[in-house]
Amino acid sequence: MAQMNMVQAINQALGDEMARNDRVVLLGEDIGRDGGVFRVTEGLLERFGAERVLDTPLSESGIVGAAIGMAAYGLRPVAEVQFLGFAYSAFEQLFAHAARLRTRSRGRFSCPLVVRTPYGGGIKAPELHEESSEALFCQSPGLKVVVPSGPYSAKGLLLAALRDPDPVLFLEPTRLYRMLREEVPEGDYTLELGRARLARTGNAVTVVAWGSMLERVLQSVAGYDAEVLDLLTLNPFDVQAVLASAAKTGRVVIVHEAARTCGFGAEIAATLAEEGMLQLRAPVLRVTAPDVPVPLARLMDQYLPAPDQIRAALDEVLRY
Amino acid sequence: MPEEILASFQVKRLSILDETGKADDALMPRLSEAELRRMHEAMVLARIFDERAVALQREGRLGTYPPIRGQEAAQIGSALALSASEWVFPSFREMGVHLTLGYPAAQLLQYWAGDERGQKAPERLNIFPFCVAVASQIPHAVGAALAVRYRHDPAAVVAYFGDGATSKGDFHEGFNMAGVFRLPLVFICQNNQWAISIPLKGQTASASLAQKAFAYGFEGVQVDGNDPFAVYSATRRALDQARSGGGPTFIECLTYRMADHTTADDAGRYRLPEEVALWQARDPILRMERYLSGRGLLSEQAVLEVRQRATSIVDAAVREMEALPPPAAAELFETTVANLSPRQAAQRRGR
Repeated sequence: MAQMNMVQAINQALGDEMARNDRVVLLGEDIGRDGGVFRVTEGLLERFGAERVLDTPLSESGIVGAAIGMAAYGLRPVAEVQFLGFAYSAFEQLFAHAARLRTRSRGRFSCPLVVRTPYGGGIKAPELHEESSEALFCQSPGLKVVVPSGPYSAKGLLLAALRDPDPVLFLEPTRLYRMLREEVPEGDYTLELGRARLARTGNAVTVVAWGSMLERVLQSVAGYDAEVLDLLTLNPFDVQAVLASAAKTGRVVIVHEAARTCGFGAEIAATLAEEGMLQLRAPVLRVTAPDVPVPLARLMDQYLPAPDQIRAALDEVLRY
Repeated sequence: MPEEILASFQVKRLSILDETGKADDALMPRLSEAELRRMHEAMVLARIFDERAVALQREGRLGTYPPIRGQEAAQIGSALALSASEWVFPSFREMGVHLTLGYPAAQLLQYWAGDERGQKAPERLNIFPFCVAVASQIPHAVGAALAVRYRHDPAAVVAYFGDGATSKGDFHEGFNMAGVFRLPLVFICQNNQWAISIPLKGQTASASLAQKAFAYGFEGVQVDGNDPFAVYSATRRALDQARSGGGPTFIECLTYRMADHTTADDAGRYRLPEEVALWQARDPILRMERYLSGRGLLSEQAVLEVRQRATSIVDAAVREMEALPPPAAAELFETTVANLSPRQAAQRRGR
């Protein structure tokens, strides 16, 4: 096994699947000659040619819309949207079409595409380059939303997404791209979509997190008897894994870097209220960003959930 | 330094059959007598289907429905140029295209009655579902054309939309990509001159919609959209060009929406009866019948027979549609995703 960062793991997943399946075609802005602004697609143009690695015009709605037509025709397009904040102009294509083409055509057409996009804060980039609006996309039945938390999960989840019969929004935590290195198998493996991963076992409290917050949570819980659940797929999320851990520990803290109101933590907390309430010993707490637009770099540390906030939430639920 | 001319272009308008039913022999496409009769029959079928759909809505047997009245030449003229397996990306006002390609009339009624199963195109056809989000189907056609090119298929892809769509971002994004990649595409705009209450001049300051194509690096042509021969001819040419690697074409069919935007609309609130009367005189079916009778191909008796045949086809479709059992509640989940999540599966069981 090789040590890889997330950029290398994603690049390997894409390249391996393209070699295995000639229906896999990439399209997006600056993904070919430039190798992508984060170099995630580096070398793929040289390896597979311009027919399979399409540098497109600056056109997010056009890119995602074209991917829908390609998928319906029988290809397996992988569209890159350069930053999640730019996917807002492709919102209609994702919501009105990708997520519901199978429904609207009563199964006559399907839409097996992957939209990859870097997301999340902490990289000192301009406005709209650090968005964490994952919950918006989870309100679109028919669209899967997947968030890896490291190189190993990135490769396994992306390979699963590339073989999924339905559209997948694949959110790559930008801050982790080159921060973590992990052992990643060179060969083929998939991580089932919709399954959470137990990142740490414990008995006193469960912390649910995903994406770049997972790493922050793992650092913050040192010294606590905390179980940490890495959700990996937000839609559909692993309800049973959350309920099982909550039943074991009786206390749940949810950590996400998006704003609190209607963030994905709300869905988890509501599920616990409906299905796990009687096993809980303490209120479910959320540690999130405040309900303000994502700031620029100078206020990012004040915006993102900090380790001391996470520990304060743990201390609070442990008082019960 | 003198200023240079960087680009110049001419916008052409094609017209073959005039309002009196006289055709320009030099421009007339080669159509056999049988093909001419088929064209007429398809236009009449579309008209009678449309009249019935509006009547059914008034009786509460159909939901909101967008009439196609007046657009039969644009729809049938173009659809007859397509091959049956063509990939077609419609908006929501192309029932004449569907009928002409052989889409079951009962399924069209089923859809407009609120049963989504009507959207499931038969396997032999490659028609995308109706697209209510204006212009958003244009990028899908671009994607299908990219796939056609990638697969080296000898095919072209067709997108239909209206004049309102040309104001939307997806029109620009789709046209731009079509031009950049020189894709095998035919864009057919039915410019019926009204997007609900906004007339064409409130939609664009361009002298034509066709000319917009030149900015994207390919040809646009305006045709008389009430002239089925002009529409047919332009579509044939554009398809040939697309299939032979010559890139996309934009065809603007200048027509008129003789009816309301939908059955929920009252066009009397925003347009003058004189304008409607002017276009009623340009009715594409009248024109076609004048042409055929002028050539001795259609007697008054034959007109009646064509209408009767169309009426019985529509009658049968209405009976078929109304005999269909309503969708079961579980149908909500049938085609949502390939594999239901545990939560969806529980919801399907009623929990």
